[in-house]
Amino acid sequence: MEIYILLGFVLILSIYLGLELISKVPSTLHTPLMSGANAISGIALVGALTLTQDTFLQTVIAFLAITFASINVFGGYLVTNRMLSMFKKK
Amino acid sequence: MENFDITLAQNIAYILAAILFITGIKMLGKEATAQRGNVISAIGMFVAIIVTAINIVNPFVVLGGIMLGAFIGSVIAIRVKMTSIPEMVALFNGFGGLATFFIAWSEMSNSNDNLFQYLLVILTIYIGGVTFSGSLIAFGKLSERLKIGKGHLLTNLFISIFYISLISILAMLVLPMIGSLPLNFETIFYIYLALVMLGGVGFVLPIGGGDMPVVISLLNSLSGIAAAFAGLILVNNVLIVAGSLVGASGLILTIIMAKAMNRTIGNILFVGYAASGTSSSSEQGEVKPINAEDAFLILENASSVLIVPGYGMAVAQAQHVVRELGELLDENGTDVKYGIHPVAGRMPGHMNVLLAEANVSYDLLAEPDDVNPMMDTVDVAIVIGANDVVNPSATEEPGSPIYGMPILEVANARTVFVLKRSMSSGFAGVQNPLFFKENTRMLFGDAKESISGLVSEFKD
Repeated sequence: MEIYILLGFVLILSIYLGLELISKVPSTLHTPLMSGANAISGIALVGALTLTQDTFLQTVIAFLAITFASINVFGGYLVTNRMLSMFKKK
Repeated sequence: MENFDITLAQNIAYILAAILFITGIKMLGKEATAQRGNVISAIGMFVAIIVTAINIVNPFVVLGGIMLGAFIGSVIAIRVKMTSIPEMVALFNGFGGLATFFIAWSEMSNSNDNLFQYLLVILTIYIGGVTFSGSLIAFGKLSERLKIGKGHLLTNLFISIFYISLISILAMLVLPMIGSLPLNFETIFYIYLALVMLGGVGFVLPIGGGDMPVVISLLNSLSGIAAAFAGLILVNNVLIVAGSLVGASGLILTIIMAKAMNRTIGNILFVGYAASGTSSSSEQGEVKPINAEDAFLILENASSVLIVPGYGMAVAQAQHVVRELGELLDENGTDVKYGIHPVAGRMPGHMNVLLAEANVSYDLLAEPDDVNPMMDTVDVAIVIGANDVVNPSATEEPGSPIYGMPILEVANARTVFVLKRSMSSGFAGVQNPLFFKENTRMLFGDAKESISGLVSEFKD
């Protein structure tokens, strides 16, 4: 149980940090921020890589989790980069 | 927990990855550093993935999955048109949610002896699953493939399933305390998985297109929270940190969007605009149409012009001709600004992306708070396919459903051109008195054709 208290501590601090970091973002950047954050949520890939694959079902689930998280990671970062490369000041 | 031993080296690398995510997301918040911020966050992701992949369970499954996902994701990201960005963001977001859904499902077998772990698994399955199916529905609505909305029989059916799915969370939580079950646990668990997926459909299906900026932000936040919960299940700090950052950023955007509509998040999600018939009491008067030639003559003599785009500009894909018109006006010595409402379009910052794609400099884009005080010095405000975000009822009619919503007060400009296809009302279903004002001229037709007409008048 102790480990969850420690992890909960990390969770709360990270949320607080996130709220502080993003509270004043210009509306120009709302879409790239959302899309860039979305790419970060692809961190689920790291979790997917650690899944047990003892049974056939587990292997299939792990494969699907890895594939979909990878789409999220690669697609998310690339599309954000494409979008941001258009934002220019002349 | 003994199924995967996170070594010391991995943990150190995870700390580095977390720092890179935090730095990256901070830099994403400023125009000048945003692109570098995204790259830094991508490096953080790369570090985290590489150190995790060092002791992989099954290289074929792992590398196969990553390569397949990387291929699909890259192709979509490179080929997608900028006008389709809202639905792409929704789709990628949904896939992230689906991945956490699978993670939690897989960890179900490891949670037999730990009640807290079981609780986390049940919750993560719910958040991840609803994020996925909800995002798919948002994708369908944004790409206009899905036309079913509020009031439809199917919608009502799915709304009921959504509420049942909420109750089923509680049922799943008390289940382990019941001695004898009518069905075996596995069957019940699969029913729960199905309920969660269908529940997400019922969550988003009744929400209208105009409220999509809020829904997308919220789903974005949920996918982060799901990843953070998956981190709790797997005892993995980097998932918790990264997921929480996303959850927080999505939450802030959701709040900004809801504020820009002057509504609570609960009202947007569960009520929608009330179809109130009370506000149509104001006298309508007559609309005054104008043709491109006369509009040009007025624009030619204007010293300041404010362009206010809305969803109509996105639908007509008129952003490039709008930029052309802006440049011609600028060459003519007119001061040109773009008034951008936070909820114009279908996602947060939608208009900004389209105008950036058309090569409009971002320092020409102004928010309502900046342009409203100077509105009486604007000679011509050109409203392109925007409706509710310029509706004066929001400031003038206390009975109106949108009363109190911050708007771009274009009615205070000397002349207003409204480019519109027909006289239909906006997403709120509220009649717009702006169209009947003394200083308003209506330029009917497709936004792209109307602007092209103005552009060619300028060139002649």
